[in-house]
Amino acid sequence: MTSLTLPPTGLRFENIDKRYGGLFALRRVSLEISPGECVVLTGRNGSGKTTLLRVAARIVRPTAGKLSFPGASTETDANGRPGYVAHTTMVYDELTAEENLVLFARLQNVPEPAARSEELLREVGLYDRRSSPVRTFSRGMRQRIAIARALIHRPSVLLFDEPATGLDPLGISWLAKSLGEVHRAGCTVVMSLHGESEISALATRAVRLDGGSVVADTNSGASLHSILAFGGG
Amino acid sequence: MSLLSNTATLLGKELRTEFRSRELLTTTVVFILVVLILFSFAISPTTEESREFGPGLLWLAILFAASLMLQPCFLREQANDTLSSLRLAVSDPFAIFLAKLIANTFFLLLTETLMLPFFAAFYNIPVLPQVHYLLLVLFLGSLGVSIVGTALSAISAQARMRELLLPLLLLPLLTPVLVVSATVSVSLLDREPVVQWKGVGFLAIFDFIFLTALWLFGEYLLEE
Amino acid sequence: MGKRIVFGVAAVLLVVAAAYANFFIAPTERTMGLIQRIFYFHAATAWAGETTLFVCFVANLLYIWKRSPKYDWLGVTCAEVGLVCITVVLITGPIWAHPVWGIWWTWDARLTSTFVLWLLYVSYLLLRSLIEEPDRRALLSALFGVFAFLDVPLVFFSIRWWRTQHPAPVIMGGSGSGLDPTMSKIFFFNVLVMHVFAAFLIVERYVLEKMKHDVDLLQREAEAQ
Repeated sequence: MTSLTLPPTGLRFENIDKRYGGLFALRRVSLEISPGECVVLTGRNGSGKTTLLRVAARIVRPTAGKLSFPGASTETDANGRPGYVAHTTMVYDELTAEENLVLFARLQNVPEPAARSEELLREVGLYDRRSSPVRTFSRGMRQRIAIARALIHRPSVLLFDEPATGLDPLGISWLAKSLGEVHRAGCTVVMSLHGESEISALATRAVRLDGGSVVADTNSGASLHSILAFGGG
Repeated sequence: MSLLSNTATLLGKELRTEFRSRELLTTTVVFILVVLILFSFAISPTTEESREFGPGLLWLAILFAASLMLQPCFLREQANDTLSSLRLAVSDPFAIFLAKLIANTFFLLLTETLMLPFFAAFYNIPVLPQVHYLLLVLFLGSLGVSIVGTALSAISAQARMRELLLPLLLLPLLTPVLVVSATVSVSLLDREPVVQWKGVGFLAIFDFIFLTALWLFGEYLLEE
Repeated sequence: MGKRIVFGVAAVLLVVAAAYANFFIAPTERTMGLIQRIFYFHAATAWAGETTLFVCFVANLLYIWKRSPKYDWLGVTCAEVGLVCITVVLITGPIWAHPVWGIWWTWDARLTSTFVLWLLYVSYLLLRSLIEEPDRRALLSALFGVFAFLDVPLVFFSIRWWRTQHPAPVIMGGSGSGLDPTMSKIFFFNVLVMHVFAAFLIVERYVLEKMKHDVDLLQREAEAQ
């Protein structure tokens, strides 16, 4: 995206447990992600990828363990807050694209919210639909407004849950290009994926989850390809 | 202060969304109207009785309308999981509640003010002479309804049978508001109007207690 | 297990002793006659119910703070036992009132707030039955429990100050105020007995809730495989 000077921020999960009524969605997950890495999480459905990302986004509170962001500027600085993109847009259907972005910019104390929104709308290619309500958007456009929302506060960490779902090949190319730009600008990216694609090619590291635990990690010597190839849904 | 600016931003969003569609307002106004009319079919009071029963019936109608109006409060945040993006973006989750309860109070008050002329006509009770005190009571009562209702709608949105559950949770809790608001309104609209300041004070205390409880426990209501 | 049986037997024996005292030791009240004897049981159950629901409130707060399942078990247990006590109060009240005052019910402060209390805890249990995930259920019902308990004094005073325009018989009269010394002793004995019996019910129900939790856990683990 735009060139930004971001304080490089990593992610540290220390013995994270998440139980839902006695069943473990995450079991003693310890993972250290260095600033600037592009990490792919793979695993079957139900292996804990979504839960781990939601814990990182601080939407889900872990039952045990500690999450920290080494290198983050301050607790209250919006840059310390990760950007998060999931299966839904997480924006308001009844508001226009512009209104949504300005809302989230204002909430996170982004300076000059209107200008920043315009900047992002242009970058994701939604500028000429800025005054349309989001409910009129196609799947690809929804993905783009979701990304714009996630990046509005210039986060140093971006969390992405299955970004390629529902996108056509053109959409996937655009997404790979955009994620590449964000990564090159210094953002730490963590995303969950199934299988190999243009997007997984951006990865500097891969981690495989099964039954809520980390079972393979390129940092421990496994090859990127083997982890990704096994990651079918 | 970040809490206040977040609240103002979110309040803007709540008001903008509602005034764009006006679905909630129109349905609530019509609902109260229908309930008031049905009450007078069921009871057909004389003019003297109207003065005694009317305000109580008005408050009952307001409570029923509120328990319907508050349903979408948190449900509409589930459609696109906007509750998660809000929680991510705000510095203090209380801002989410504060914005919603202020908006709900405003909508309730607006609805009630629109209803007042109809109420005055159906029940033959002149409201104009005491309208300023009446609005004060309507405000404090509606605030109480909104504070408790907003909190409970966050709970019922996470349960099954939420359309039935919300009124069931809400109405018993609002008993003090109903009793005091109705009584104070009756004495306000009496032939010799009296302002029961003790009642007004009680409503303010009710509002304060539950606002504090919401402030203390709100973030747990949204937790996952 | 052995301790629970001893406790249970002791509790039941105490209730029998209290009943005996109520009917055979207590002097007959001058104006109300025999029916007044139900007062000991009725008022004592009310006190036990209120204590139990206060414990429920504390358990709810502790759960919100500590998130340990045992506070959730204690909360639902006390809510159920408390609700039983309140139900008994609401039934025995009219039974006493009708022969004495000729009415089944009146909307005085104590009765009305007791009834609203009953409604609130019925809603608490209903809420629990409508949430499936155990941790969510525990947290949300604890939060509702806190709100409900905060409401109780507000309900009481709102009725006391704004609804007693008509003279209403004070059905649960000043317990202990101006009572004959023997009656007083018997009354407090009843209070003790009802608290012990409530505690016995709480223990048994708690054990049941813990077992339910363990079974539920096993079932979920089995389904996950």
